[in-house]
Amino acid sequence: MRSFEYRRAADRTEALSMAGAERARYLGGGTNLVDLMRQNIEAPAALVDVSCLPGTIEDTPKGGLLIGAAVRNSFVATHPAVRTRYPMLSRALLAGASAQIRNMATVGGNILQRTRCAYFYDAVGSRCNKRELGAGCDAIGGFNRYHAIFGTSEHCIATHPSDMCVALAALDAVVHLVGPEGDRSVPMIDFHRLPGVNPQIETVLRPGELITAIELTPSAAAANSAYRKVRDRSSYAFALVSVAAGLDVVAGKIKDVRIALGGVAAKPWRAVRAEEVLRGQVPNRERFREAADAELSAAKSFDGNGFKTELAKRTIVAVLGELNGADA
Amino acid sequence: MAIVINGTEYPLPDDFRVSLLDLLRERLGLTGTKLGCNQGACGACTVIVDGARVLSCLTLAVQAEGREVRTIEGLASEDGRLHALQHAFIEHDGLQCGYCTPGQICSAIAMVEELRRGDPSYVTADLAEGPKGATRQEIRERMSGNLCRCGAHNGIVEAIEEMLVGEAV
Repeated sequence: MRSFEYRRAADRTEALSMAGAERARYLGGGTNLVDLMRQNIEAPAALVDVSCLPGTIEDTPKGGLLIGAAVRNSFVATHPAVRTRYPMLSRALLAGASAQIRNMATVGGNILQRTRCAYFYDAVGSRCNKRELGAGCDAIGGFNRYHAIFGTSEHCIATHPSDMCVALAALDAVVHLVGPEGDRSVPMIDFHRLPGVNPQIETVLRPGELITAIELTPSAAAANSAYRKVRDRSSYAFALVSVAAGLDVVAGKIKDVRIALGGVAAKPWRAVRAEEVLRGQVPNRERFREAADAELSAAKSFDGNGFKTELAKRTIVAVLGELNGADA
Repeated sequence: MAIVINGTEYPLPDDFRVSLLDLLRERLGLTGTKLGCNQGACGACTVIVDGARVLSCLTLAVQAEGREVRTIEGLASEDGRLHALQHAFIEHDGLQCGYCTPGQICSAIAMVEELRRGDPSYVTADLAEGPKGATRQEIRERMSGNLCRCGAHNGIVEAIEEMLVGEAV
């Protein structure tokens, strides 16, 4: 690991001024960044520790929740308001990593964690356009069981590894930012970028910007929601496919439905096509399958991950069935 | 500021690159905590910081400044009597080579507190209500961050169960 300066920010203003230096990075729990630094994939000149900034979960005037970026993943997952009003978020967090890592990882750091593509991590032996633009992508013709089926490019097929972000995308969460040029807010579904020709640019964050909070709005679909993660072992593994979904049925028809997929793209994948098929319809298994088919019709798989298309469809149908009160 | 380990204060290392794990093992001679994968995949380095189980390999020592760290060396009583869970591990063969054991035990001690608080896990059926007792399924899910290459997981689960006997968790 290359040497670096370490500074602890007392508040967000101090954080912004400390991060002014070139090649500074904000530090949350460090569960991903410290590892990347040890692998010499990231080599910041300075770390600005923002994990000590006020970390609270507060009710908003609109009846939603404002979750501070420094709040630990385990605190969000076990918070009574999250468990009852946004169960998909609680379940998604509990599906991620291990208890030890959830105790360390912050909300902001979870959003900004980087792909676990093995070729991205193999700095010595593999080509990766994220690490070195123009080098090539060894995942495309390599072992790509864990890679994306939506939004890929000829330059990168990596996935975003977060479970939490999949739930946040389904919940229409908003990311609050402060930066050298002022404050702004970005919807979660627009926060991460697809790889295109610049896979090294993974989010819409501008230099020096800091995530301060996540805002959730209340909804019946959020209160009746679930998260299911399919993986190679039953715990402590990244998703092959995951589904976050919420369902609000009124008078026998679907009033509101939210579906997002994990493990399939460089960002949490909001299943807008599936939602369109379902809105206003009578909820049943055939309709759920039709919606899943519509969403996955745009999927493009590779040699090692063709199974993900059918797996995603079945998982969507199963989760919607569970929310509809039927056997999954 | 300093770092408190098992009740004793120690100065922080000058080099920010030193992990909490390296501070414990290489600088303070507290070699009970083990170095496994050094990348957050195995749980061998688990310690308890301010009551919460964390991975010391992914924690920079400086991040633990002002906090209280408890390691396997800090579990026995002052007169040398083992912690109840250490006894239970011996009783139930919760180990073979023993390399993952300090991490398993630190992890389990903090896990029991999480259960007592009523924290849900991924396998808890009703998130709002919380876990219905320390079932084997709950213990296995909650201990999934600690791998045992010898395959002593059955004994580990039994040891934890024994410690929880009689508790309405």
